[in-house]
Amino acid sequence: MADFLLELRSEEIPARMQARARNDLARLFAECTAEAGLTTGPIEAFSSPRRLVLIARDVADATEASREEVKGPRTSAPPQALDGFLRKTGLSRDQLEERDGVYFAAIERAGRSAAEILGESIKRIVAEFPWPKSMRWGDGSLRWVRPLHGIVAILGEEIVPVEIDGIISGATTAGHRFHHPGAITVGGAPDYVEKLRACHVIVDQEERERIIREGAAAAAAEAGLQLLEDEGLVVENAGLTEWPVPLLGRFDDDYLDVPREVIVLTMRTNQKYFACTDPGGLIAPAFVCVANVAAKDGGAAIVEGNKRVLAARLADARFFWEQDLKILLEEQAKKLGGIVFHEKLGTIADKVERLAKLARWLVENGVIKADPIQVERAARLAKADLVTGMVGEFPELQGIIGGYLAAAQGEPRPVADAIRDHYKPVGQGDDVPTAPVSIAVALADKLDTIAAFFSIDAKPTGSKDPFALRRAAISSIELVVRNGLRLGLTQALRGGLANCAGQAADSSAAHRLDRTADEMGDFFADRLKVQQREAGVRHDLIDAVFALGGEDDLVRLLARVNALQNFVETKDGADLLTAYKRAANILKKENWTGGVMSSPLAQGIPQTGEEDPLVLVDDPIVGEAVAEMSSGEAGAELPQEKALISALDAAEPRAAAAIDAEDFTASMAALASLRSPIDDFFDHVTVNDSDPAKREHRLNLLMRFRDAVNRVADFSRIEG
Amino acid sequence: MSLSFQDLILTLHHYWGAQGCVILQPYDMEMGAGTFHPATVLRSLGLDPWRASYVQPCRRPTDGRYGENPNRLGHYYQYQVVLKPSPDDLQQLYLGSLVEIGIDPLKHDIRFVEDDWESPTLGAWGLGWEVWCDGMEVTQFTYFQQVGGFECKPVTGELTYGLERLAMYIQGVDNVFDLKFNDSSVSYGDVFLENEREMSAYNFEVADTDALFDLFRKAAAESERCLENKLPIPAYEQAIKASHVFNTLQARGVISVAERQAYIGRVRDLAKAACGAWLERAS
Repeated sequence: MADFLLELRSEEIPARMQARARNDLARLFAECTAEAGLTTGPIEAFSSPRRLVLIARDVADATEASREEVKGPRTSAPPQALDGFLRKTGLSRDQLEERDGVYFAAIERAGRSAAEILGESIKRIVAEFPWPKSMRWGDGSLRWVRPLHGIVAILGEEIVPVEIDGIISGATTAGHRFHHPGAITVGGAPDYVEKLRACHVIVDQEERERIIREGAAAAAAEAGLQLLEDEGLVVENAGLTEWPVPLLGRFDDDYLDVPREVIVLTMRTNQKYFACTDPGGLIAPAFVCVANVAAKDGGAAIVEGNKRVLAARLADARFFWEQDLKILLEEQAKKLGGIVFHEKLGTIADKVERLAKLARWLVENGVIKADPIQVERAARLAKADLVTGMVGEFPELQGIIGGYLAAAQGEPRPVADAIRDHYKPVGQGDDVPTAPVSIAVALADKLDTIAAFFSIDAKPTGSKDPFALRRAAISSIELVVRNGLRLGLTQALRGGLANCAGQAADSSAAHRLDRTADEMGDFFADRLKVQQREAGVRHDLIDAVFALGGEDDLVRLLARVNALQNFVETKDGADLLTAYKRAANILKKENWTGGVMSSPLAQGIPQTGEEDPLVLVDDPIVGEAVAEMSSGEAGAELPQEKALISALDAAEPRAAAAIDAEDFTASMAALASLRSPIDDFFDHVTVNDSDPAKREHRLNLLMRFRDAVNRVADFSRIEG
Repeated sequence: MSLSFQDLILTLHHYWGAQGCVILQPYDMEMGAGTFHPATVLRSLGLDPWRASYVQPCRRPTDGRYGENPNRLGHYYQYQVVLKPSPDDLQQLYLGSLVEIGIDPLKHDIRFVEDDWESPTLGAWGLGWEVWCDGMEVTQFTYFQQVGGFECKPVTGELTYGLERLAMYIQGVDNVFDLKFNDSSVSYGDVFLENEREMSAYNFEVADTDALFDLFRKAAAESERCLENKLPIPAYEQAIKASHVFNTLQARGVISVAERQAYIGRVRDLAKAACGAWLERAS
């Protein structure tokens, strides 16, 4: 057994591709060796800008020789079958064995050397490597992420010979591009990492990440500042360097007038610098860049150069900022009529008009308690920053820039905050706005987007959701739930839809509006289910509440799901569920949909001679009433029946009142009071009595029990 | 002493001339980037080896700032190098040129940062990097994969140096107009400031848009007529002309977002057809 080293050396691999490339390298290598039957110990993969490296421990010297017997055609089979078998096995007729009228072939496989298998594996890895983008170079036809220059392949101390498009494997590689420009020779897996370190290359990306993380923090601390941590930048810089050297530089205080987000983003996106804060948490006029060289002058020239580049960038940003400050958002908003939102949905100005209407509606209908004038103002200015120079440069700062400008231009705080936060929450874990004006604009924006795209039939289908409507729905749900908004979602969506009706050419017909509103209701229900599932709520409980139907108040719906979840986890809940299932099974087996006593008159049901009581029962409402009456105490014979009836008489109104009061825990408690009577009933009462009147009465009683439970939640959907 | 603007160009000429490049003079037509030069676009197609380097004035009407912005110009220079097939040591050759113009890679931080290149008007794309020197982009480094919609086989390696930026860096100057153009105290501003002012005024305010629309149509028609006559080079020249006229119309703000794609598509079709005709003629 020996350790195997593979290094694929190329021109600079994009930083963002390296993590996946390491995984792919390890996976492909494991697949190749496994298929060939070559055993290996642990496999590790590393990457730097100029190399992909794999080290496999304890690679077997060879594969085992094997002998396998393959069953062929019967000796009586036509000659073509035999010919085919000979072709397949590569044997001749006299090499086959005949047993019980059947041909057998013995296939011998000699063991193969590890070097041979590894050579083949390298070829396959290079040929099949799934780079997100690959290229050709020179006059070759090989594809790699950037030109591939060298292959180091050493098993133990021996070179594994392989040639790919003119590149011949060996033990020679290159060190750091500038610190060590010449060729270096490595002995194999054991000395590779240290030999490269001596040539200013840190092979292990995690070690480089650590140097950057700790070095950048230390550089900031030394200057009395705090590094603004950014793990994405750590990884990216580690993918851009073989010998990372974090260096701190400063920039002119003057640029601090520019919004903090702009400074951080300019440094991060354009220059890959870390930002720093002062002890008070404010952004400091300093940055940490990560060089790929231990410079002769300690990095002074590098810091100086980076400082000048950053100054030019910040000067640009400040220019835009100062220009933007001069123009009132109100004026900017007028330009939104020139930007198309969607060809069938008009311009952004149209979108703003709808948004303002819907936001105001939410306030006027008491869904959100906020100043309607502020809400309308915020809605009308919310999109104005889209035409600013700053957002033109940094589209990801939409909203944030508008918020800063609004505050600087004297808009009230709640208005400025609402402009800033109205895109939120943008993803899972993002902050959900809680200020009333912000909630109104944020929710109206999302509901309008959903309604607008539904109105032109641009709903998400399968994996396609080009306008991110699913995300918008989840964000709306988060806004509603987090803030406990009491809102008939259907009505709000219909309001949004009606807003769009003027714009969508073919949606004037009222029935179309209805259909779309229904589709949106279903869409939201689906999203809510997904969201609740992801939050860890049992899907059967969600179904049990959804099955009740007719509920579009999310807060009420989720309160019910929560109460149910708590209830089924109690012993009362679990036992009641068992009893419910038993009752439901009996009713199902008897195909019992409600009946009446044989002597309905005695039960106070008016009836004339010709009437068949079962005709009445076809009407579900009447049927229910009939069944309830006919399961009354009058027909009860045994004490357990009577006890169940009186328990139901007490529990039903309690549960109903609790539901009306939205106290779902109390409604569950009302159900819990049925547990002991129903258990007693099952223990002592035979439902299938030979007396049809008794049987009927008992079945109706079970039905009444089942229906009482179902009014709280559809227990038939609950598993367990 | 650091290199003047003109010595920077001369140094690059010497360096790349020694690598077997033909040193061409700028193409005598207006264009937005050195890549548009036929010595890059047409020569990157077909099998024949080719090495060339040249300075190309680039006109980007929308980038003009009346000479008031220290970093932006409506007219500036690119130094363009094309090597076909791209040699194995292209990166080393490039880094050698940086040393030649006074950038010590053990004192400065030279980095190859992913930046894939695409030109929708030329139907061209390639993979490569922007090369950073101490955080500043000094060169676009690209391995062409397609030009005019045709596969590049062999592959051309293209280096595009931003000359003003590089000179500003080498000379330690913060305003492009303060660059020393030569060693006899002539500045970049002495040579070009008035040009920037007048060309910005022309491009943004004065250019006759009706005449330009007319010119665009005529250049496009002429390009097609050249193609009918199997003359790919003049056909390509007329496509470049149409492209520049389009850029000026953009600066005048008379092309809407919706129309923009259609104009780019028109130029691309012309450029592609010229490239196709060039390949046909060569084979």
